[in-house]
This record gives sequence, structure tokens and C-alpha cells, in this order.
Amino acid sequence: MSLVAQAPAPTTLDPPPRDPWRGFTGATWSASVDTGSFIQDNYRPYEGDAAFLAGPTERTSRLWGRLLEMFPVEQERGVYDVDVRVPSSITSHAPGYIDRDAEIIVGLQTDEPLKRAIMPNGGWRMVEAALEAFGYEPDPVVREVFTCYRKTHNDGVFDAYTPQILRARKSGLITGLPDAYGRGRIIGDYRRVALYGVDRLIDQKRADRAALDIRRSTDEVIRDREELAEQIRALEDLKKLAASYGFDISGPAGDAREAVQWLYFAYLAATKDQNGAAMSLGRTSTFLDVYIERDLAEGALTEQQAQELVDDLVIKLRIVRFLRTPEYDALFSGDPTWVTESIGGIGRDGRTLVTRTSFRYLQTLYNLGPAPEPNLTVFWSPDLPEGFKRFCAQVSLDTSAIQYESDDLMRPRWGDDTAIACCVSPMAVGKAMQFFGARVNLAKTLLYAINGGWDEVSGEQVGPVLPRIHGDVLDYTEVRARLDVMMDWLAQTYVDALNVIHSMHDKYAYERLEMALHDSDVHRTMACGIAGLSVAADSLSAIRYAEVRPVRDDRGLVVDYETVGDFPTFGNDDDRVDEMAVDLVHSFMAKIRRHRTYRDAEHTQSVLTITSNVVYGKATGNTPDGRRAGEPFAPGANPMNGRDRHGMVTAALSVAKLPFDDARDGISLTTTVTPAGLGRTRQEQIGNLVGVLDGFVASDGFHMNVNVLDRATLLDAMDHPERYPQLTVRVSGYAVNFVRLTREQQQDVVDRTFHSGL
Amino acid sequence: MTLTSPDVERAAAVEPADPVEGTMHSWDISTGVDGPGTRFVLFTSGCPLRCLYCHNPDTWWMRSGQRVTVDQVLTRISRYVPYLRAADGGVTVSGGEPLLQPEFTGAVLAGAKERGLHTALDTAGGLGHRAGDDLLDATDLVLLDVKAADEDLYRRLTGGALPPTLRFAERLAERGQPTWVRFVLVPGLTDAPEHVRRLARFVAGLGNVERVDVLGYHRLGREKYAALGLLDRLRDVPGATPEQVLAARRSFADAGLDVT
Repeated sequence: MSLVAQAPAPTTLDPPPRDPWRGFTGATWSASVDTGSFIQDNYRPYEGDAAFLAGPTERTSRLWGRLLEMFPVEQERGVYDVDVRVPSSITSHAPGYIDRDAEIIVGLQTDEPLKRAIMPNGGWRMVEAALEAFGYEPDPVVREVFTCYRKTHNDGVFDAYTPQILRARKSGLITGLPDAYGRGRIIGDYRRVALYGVDRLIDQKRADRAALDIRRSTDEVIRDREELAEQIRALEDLKKLAASYGFDISGPAGDAREAVQWLYFAYLAATKDQNGAAMSLGRTSTFLDVYIERDLAEGALTEQQAQELVDDLVIKLRIVRFLRTPEYDALFSGDPTWVTESIGGIGRDGRTLVTRTSFRYLQTLYNLGPAPEPNLTVFWSPDLPEGFKRFCAQVSLDTSAIQYESDDLMRPRWGDDTAIACCVSPMAVGKAMQFFGARVNLAKTLLYAINGGWDEVSGEQVGPVLPRIHGDVLDYTEVRARLDVMMDWLAQTYVDALNVIHSMHDKYAYERLEMALHDSDVHRTMACGIAGLSVAADSLSAIRYAEVRPVRDDRGLVVDYETVGDFPTFGNDDDRVDEMAVDLVHSFMAKIRRHRTYRDAEHTQSVLTITSNVVYGKATGNTPDGRRAGEPFAPGANPMNGRDRHGMVTAALSVAKLPFDDARDGISLTTTVTPAGLGRTRQEQIGNLVGVLDGFVASDGFHMNVNVLDRATLLDAMDHPERYPQLTVRVSGYAVNFVRLTREQQQDVVDRTFHSGL
Repeated sequence: MTLTSPDVERAAAVEPADPVEGTMHSWDISTGVDGPGTRFVLFTSGCPLRCLYCHNPDTWWMRSGQRVTVDQVLTRISRYVPYLRAADGGVTVSGGEPLLQPEFTGAVLAGAKERGLHTALDTAGGLGHRAGDDLLDATDLVLLDVKAADEDLYRRLTGGALPPTLRFAERLAERGQPTWVRFVLVPGLTDAPEHVRRLARFVAGLGNVERVDVLGYHRLGREKYAALGLLDRLRDVPGATPEQVLAARRSFADAGLDVT
């Protein structure tokens, strides 16, 4: 089914060969594959301000303009087009262009921009449901292949799930599991292709493979050997992909344009190979800056051209597309791909990792207008150069399109070549990967504890049977003890499910190209997660500090609560309840750690919901904190809407108490502030936002989404979406195009606490 | 009657264990509205004025506040020291009218200063005579809400008398105390060009005013009046327009002041 376009012969008109590594220094990275050392040995920190930046060229605007014309069609139909016949692979499609003559960086996932490919290895049902939803007929041959001859990840998972897992999944206690689609959250070190060329990487993998050949053929060794064979094959395919566009990437990139192009080919190949939930890019800006600086010094590039390179790369990153079902998009708001790029931070030697290209990446939000992708993520530290801090704050004020994560928390744990996958998941680039595990619903778990394992919505027995709770008033000690039992069971069921999923994913939908761009002895984490933390903490607080009377229905199920009296709520820096949230995070992590993981992955968890806080809320009955059945949870680790009464900073400080080492996969906080809530003048607003971020990181906060918006703007955008095609809003861990949210999600964003400073 | 008076010393001598108490309406951490940077803002309860445009009528009565000790407040502030320092902020005591409780206010400001934080006092100035030099020494910045330059207008707006405020402003000037003046522009009440110019001349003449914030009257406090069963005497007055605010800013700028 493969139909690689006939590759044009690689160009033979090269000038006399130049040394691709000319001017670079350092020995470590040239002796072995080590991009991080290369950066440390060769980058030049930039401590200045944004004054040097260039605007968009006419060419850039024209190229982007062509896509802007296509987006409304895509939005109306849900997809622009789909190739139903050819399942995607690295070499599946003929070259495609937006405007061949105008593009500086080339390469598309299929033969046309915005045309989506099918990737059935994750699961055929998902493909078929998506095609039907968008009015496409599945190709009968492809269907036959993937239902009769080629087993998918999804099939494998359901062969091995237990009835207990199925019940927990169906009731919404464990959801969002990557059991029908690509797990994602794996970042290939795409920079390696630019620095070393593909052949050197293949040699390395062959050497790693040879080391395995002398070991006995145990399960683990067999699997590793097979994976290495797949990785080498993927690297060969990557060269073919580049060749189809007329490039020979077997050797290192020789200049900035080649470096961007090589790197992008590697990333593109990953997006053709995998429909991962999050296909993050890594930490590329300072790497590319080394090449750009060299070209600038050689007089081969101007600032305008340097910016064009970055703009062109970002245009490509903005049109990464996957075919997904409308339900999936409703869950995640729009059409996210999480092309997360990590920018800034401080190096191990104390020099900032900010370069001019860090600025150039952010500048794309002006040159091309705001957009959710790529998911630009600034690694913040109070020690960052002032000019960069102020530029970031300015971009946040103007676009609300960037998120911040604490470099000071990540650097000591994972080193200075760490990047975020998806929203808040840190990992050392090329050295670590995660098994993405979505999350469990902690608020619902509490209701199960009260109801003895019965689901408050369906009335079915899902969790372990506990005796009915008696009495007219809930007793804190009793409820907390029952919650502990329920969390024990949940942790076990959850890790069981994840082990099944990742075993099958490795088997049937292995990320051959992304893993080829990792060290072979990769570190793995099992990334669990929790949702509904603030609801659970507030509910426990209500039971402890107020009087909560359960209301039972005729089945004897507790379906509502009458809560009398005041109780402290999470988000007000009140230790009485904040410590309950801390305890929930800590004890669930401890329970997770008790269970052996697939491939002995390190246990981690996140406090993150993305936008599924709406869906989780829908699946959860009334809670003792007064939240009504169906009402959304707060996103991520946020306090419940309207319950934080001492300002945004106080809420952030409550969240900052959650122990990071019990949630190393990230703790997400989304804040929305009005411009006036930051100060009277623009300069003051910029300076004050810098201060807010400095203070948050200095207080051990991890992640902050910053929206600077007026409520009136959002309300107007709900009624007149056509006026706000590029309005971008950050929701936990990533940004979305506001007008593409469902009405419900829009309302949720509007209802969240607006911190106006009044 | 100042804070340096023997009263305080005597009180301390007689009952050393008796902590200084005050009445607090609430506290908040906010950015960019109550002085520079991100600040811990203590809102005291009780105010002698009844400004027509007050957007915090829930802080009028001391009795509706919460009794707290200075230690309690400072313990809370201590939690935020790293944050407030990193954010180039500090502590602001606002109200209500903080000078209604000068001992409490002074102790909070002094405690904040001891912790290395920038301090600000947000006052209408009418009770300025109650602020002792100690209190002002512990204050890095005064946010002075000068409501009007005309005595009749001041009384009509606030129910209080103007001269004490002016005297306090002059005292701050003599001390060279850094001060930001705040002025609320209420359409039809305080926006007459001649009135604004007169106020601007007075403020400019002081010499210690670093900046002037012209705040347009807004209607966000309306619900509070309804909730408290109070009559909103400005219910028919519209919010200030950006043009009106700009005109007033211009008057202050023309007098040689930094205006935001």
C-alpha cells in the first residue's frame, strides 16, 4: 500500500563540500550522540531585549494567508480533507506543498496541506468512527486489512482488560485512557538529525543492537532487539522521506536552513508515523540558534531571513493534523496536537539558555498572529534575563498564548536539556519517555467511598463493596478511612489498566521513529494522573468543618448532601483544607507506587485535566462541597470557580503547596486576569506580570497558564465568533482557539474566576 | 494625639502581654492596583466617610469586621515574604480608613517593614492627624485619596470636612513622604474642568507627589449596596467614559504631574 513518490535524485550540483561542523567546539558531543552537550559547548546566551526582531516578510504573510483562507472551510466541515485509502507511514505519501516556490522549509504529512491521513495501528474503530462522522466512506480494502489481517493496539488492549477495568472505565472513574488512539507524550530528539545526519544515528543504533546480540534471548532482550530493528528501519524511511523532497539528510546539516529543514523532516516523520495524543517538539530554539548565529557571522543570513526560517517552521507546526472523532475533539476542545516547544531556562553552569532564537519563536505570535500551536512553553526562573522576561510578559498580555513552567523545579531533577511533552510533563530530551496514563476522577472516588463502591449516577456496583454508611451526618474520620480503601482499589485497577495499554501499544503501535531519536537505554515513567482534586479536598473540608447530611434516594444511595455551616476551601492559602489536598496527592501517589509497572517504569502522576474537567464534571453526581451534579470541575489543580477569595496569587500559592515530588508529571494552574488587574499602564502591567511569575516560581509553583483577557471580549466572541478567528485562550496545559470550543466549554472559561484586582 | 504619645507606651508598660488588636474586613493579594507590584493588602474595617461613590460600602462599619491581632496579620504576611519580594511588591494597609485604627495600622506597617517589605498606606487623609511620625516612618508610600478640592463638594461627596485632608497632604509634603494621589472622576460631580484644574494645582504644589492615578467611577460596587440594603445614591450616574478620564489626566499632566 506504500506509494512513495519517485524520489528525485539528490541534488548533484553541490559546491565543494564544506565542513558541516565548522566553527563548533567541544569533544563530548562529537564522540557520542549528545545534543545537550553540543548546545552547552556552542550556544551564545542573549541578555538583551526584543528590539532586534523582524516583522513578517511579504512572502511569509502570503504563505500564511493561503492557509488562513483554508481554515474556515476546515472548521466548517470539521476536516479539510481526508485520504481514506492510504494509511499513513513515514513514506506513505508523495511530497506536498502549500506553495512550492514560496516555501523555505518543506514537507507535509500528506500530499496536500490540511489533508489528514488515517493511522489505523492505534485502532480501526476510531478511524472508522472519525471517517463516518465527517462523511467519508472507509476504504473496504483498508478495513479488511485492519479487521482481518493486522491487529491493532485497540484490539490488543481489549483482549487483556479485566472486567474490573472495564467497569471503572465505563463509569467514568478512569477515563481518557490511550486505549483507542496513540499515547503520544514522547519527544524524539529531532535535533539529532540536524546535528549528526541520519547515517551516524543508524550506526549508533547498529552498535546498540550488536551489544544485545551477545545477550541471551530473554523476553526483554528479544523485545529490545526487535525495537532496535524497527528503529533502524524508521531511520532509513526518514532518509527516503527527505529524498522525496529532494534532500539528502544522511549527513549533518551544513547551515541554518538545512538545520531547520533536517529537524523538521525528523518531526514530520514522527507525525506521519504516529497519531499521538501529544506530539511535542522538544527544546529546539537554542539549538537552532547556534546554526543561525554561525550563518549570521558568515554573512550568509540576515535577521529578516533568520526570522523567516522560524516563521516558516512555525507555519508547518501550526498545520499538523490528525484524524480524530468529534467526541475526542469535544473532550479536548478543538483539535489539539500539543506541538509543545520549551523555551528559555537556565543552564547547569548558570548561564541563561535564552538566545535570540528564543525571542524569534515568540515573535511568530506577532508575525503570524496568535495561535494555540505550537504550544509555546517558557521555562521560567527569576534568574532569566530581564529583557526576555519582559518580552514574555508582553506576549502574554497581547496574545494569552504562552504558558510558564518552573525551570527551577525541573533543572535540578532532569538537567538543563529538559522539555515539556503535552502540557506539563517534563522529560530529558532523547533520554526519557513516558507511558501516558490520562487520569482518574478523585471526586467520584470520594462518592464511591461514601456509597460503598456503588456508582451514584448509574447505581451499579463498580468499586469494592463497603458497608452502607449510616447516620444522619457524615463523619470525617469514617469517610477518610473509606476513601483510603477506595483509593487502594483504584490505584491497583488503574496501574493494571495502564500496564495493559502500554504493553499493547509497544506491540502494535510502537513509536519506531520517535524512539530511534532516543538513547537506546531510555528511562521510562508511568504517568498516572488525578482530576477533581479541589472538589475532593473541599468536600472533605465540608465534612470535617461543616455539617454534611447525606440525602438518600429510594435505593438507599446517597445522591445529594445538605451542608450547613462554613468550611475552608482550597485556593485561599488556608492550611486546614490545603493540607487535605496535599494529603490526597501524596497518598494516591504512594498507593500508585505500590504496584509494579510495565517495563519497570518510574511511577509519576500529574494534576492536570486539560479541558476534560467539563466531561468529568458531567459524569459526577452532587458532591458534599455543594457542587451540583454535572457541574464542571475546576481545571487541573485549580481551586473551584469562585471559591478563591483572596486573589489570584493566593490561589496560586495554595496550588504551589502541592508536593512536586509526588506529582512530577506536572501540576497545572490556569489563571485569568484582566489587563487592568495587572496595573495602570502597559509598562506597569508587563513589570507586574514578571513579578507575579517570579514570585510564583520563588514560592515553588510549577506551572501557570496566563490569560490576560476581558470578560466582555469572551462574551462578545461567543456571540460573534467571526470577529475573533484567532482569539486564543489558555486552558490547563495548552491553548485553544476560543471560537472552536463547544458552547459549554466557552461558558466554563467565562465562568472561571476572573481576577480583576478589584 | 499621635502614636508616639505616652498613651501607647503606658499601655505597653501596663499590659505587656496584651496584643495590639484591630478590626479587619478582609485581606487579599493583588497586583497593580494598591501600590507597586504584587501586594498583600489588608483592608481594615470602619470608615468615618460615606463617599457617594464608595465601591466597598461593606467596609464602613467597624463592628462588621473581624477582630485580629497584629501578630495574626504578620504571621499571614510572613508566608508571602519570598513572593512579595520577588514580585517587587509589598504590603498595603487599606480600608475602610486605616487611620481609624492608627495603633493597629502602624504596628502592621512596622512589622512588614521589619520583614524587609515595601509598605504603603492607603488613606483618605481626613484622620491624618492620628498618624504619628512612627507610623509614617514605617510607611514607604502613601496612597492619598484626595476626593475634591472644593470644601462644599467634599462635604457633599463624603459627608466629611476637607481641611484635615489638605493639612495631612501638606504634612506629608513637609516630610518629603513619597505619595501617590488618587482621584476618582465621577461624571457630573467631580469632573468640572475648573475643579480638576484647582485640585491639580494644589497637588502639584506639594512637591512630594510621584504620581497621580485618575480612576474613572465604575459601577461594579452596585450589587454590594443592594446586598447591604443601602441606598445607592449614584444609581443614576453612569460610569466615567474614557474621554472624561483622559481629560482629567490631561489637567494633572498640564500641572506638571506624572499621571496614569
